[in-house]
Amino acid sequence: MTRTFADLHLRINPKDLHTAQRLITKAARFGYSYISIPFNSSPQQAEVDTLRAMCTNAGLDFVLRADFKPQSQEDLMRFLRKFRRQFEIICIACDSKEIARQAAKDRRVDLLSFPSLDYRKRFFDRAEAQLASCSLAALEVDIKPLLVMEGPARVRLLSSLHREVAVALEFHVPVVVSSGVGEESLLRMPRDLASLAYLFGLGEEQALETVSSNPVGIVLRNREKLSSRFVAPGIRVVKEGKSS
Amino acid sequence: MKRVKRRYLALQLECEVLPSEREFMDVIWSAVTKLYGEVGASLTGMALINFDGERNIFVVRASLASMLMVRASLPTVTCVAGRCASVHVLAVSGTLKALFSNIC
Repeated sequence: MTRTFADLHLRINPKDLHTAQRLITKAARFGYSYISIPFNSSPQQAEVDTLRAMCTNAGLDFVLRADFKPQSQEDLMRFLRKFRRQFEIICIACDSKEIARQAAKDRRVDLLSFPSLDYRKRFFDRAEAQLASCSLAALEVDIKPLLVMEGPARVRLLSSLHREVAVALEFHVPVVVSSGVGEESLLRMPRDLASLAYLFGLGEEQALETVSSNPVGIVLRNREKLSSRFVAPGIRVVKEGKSS
Repeated sequence: MKRVKRRYLALQLECEVLPSEREFMDVIWSAVTKLYGEVGASLTGMALINFDGERNIFVVRASLASMLMVRASLPTVTCVAGRCASVHVLAVSGTLKALFSNIC
């Protein structure tokens, strides 16, 4: 069975259509099926339509994603209330423990992301994983820092990732590996992206899942939830009857 | 003595300039050494087998036991001969015949 690959984090300015076009073309050539470019606020419909058309022309499926770095728990709740139904993927950049815990237990959050440079702000511990496993949130790992950093900084990051991924596996929290790149030269083929996951302790099969079934599963689940036919998990409208 | 099992990797280099075979292998060795150290790199048994200058495809041999190490190191290459570059694994095979039939 052929795998479907997804890169849910191409860090491009949605307004920079020239760069977007080049990265989309390259991602299609590399064999991705789903890509996502994050928005930080309410998306302009024209921008979304343009990006979606570019992806469709290249044979890709465009996933609408929002990245948000809340300052407080209230800020996070306000954002989720306002934007959950506008985006297919919601990623929360956790900058404090309170926000990380709140994001992990909220079922509206899809991806949890932690800063790569400041390892003291990586709050993905056992308590966080326990909350995330109940709410279906996944841990997102961006690969770009591993490509651009060297020496002690990379060692520290790899050490943190090793620990976090082990905790995630223990609590059955899905891990999603994304590129997080904005430059063409740093984009990698899906299997190369997966092979970087060996560095933080994943096996071959698990590494491939982080770029295929894990991200694709989140996208498909959310698309089903956002469709007008969705009623509740496992229940959807198949056919509407006529009132007599 | 037990025979060492090997794998052949077809690698495509994306770079503005075409480096020499020596420069390319130095970059690969350097990437493996940075991640796994000199002892780790010495266990990979890497060697350049073939180089197709037209398509920028390098065929490299490595031991099967170190395949995960080599595959994890290759994407970390970002610079060859002072220029931005990336190395992509096109195919991996146990024989050169199968490898060439995969990439042709």
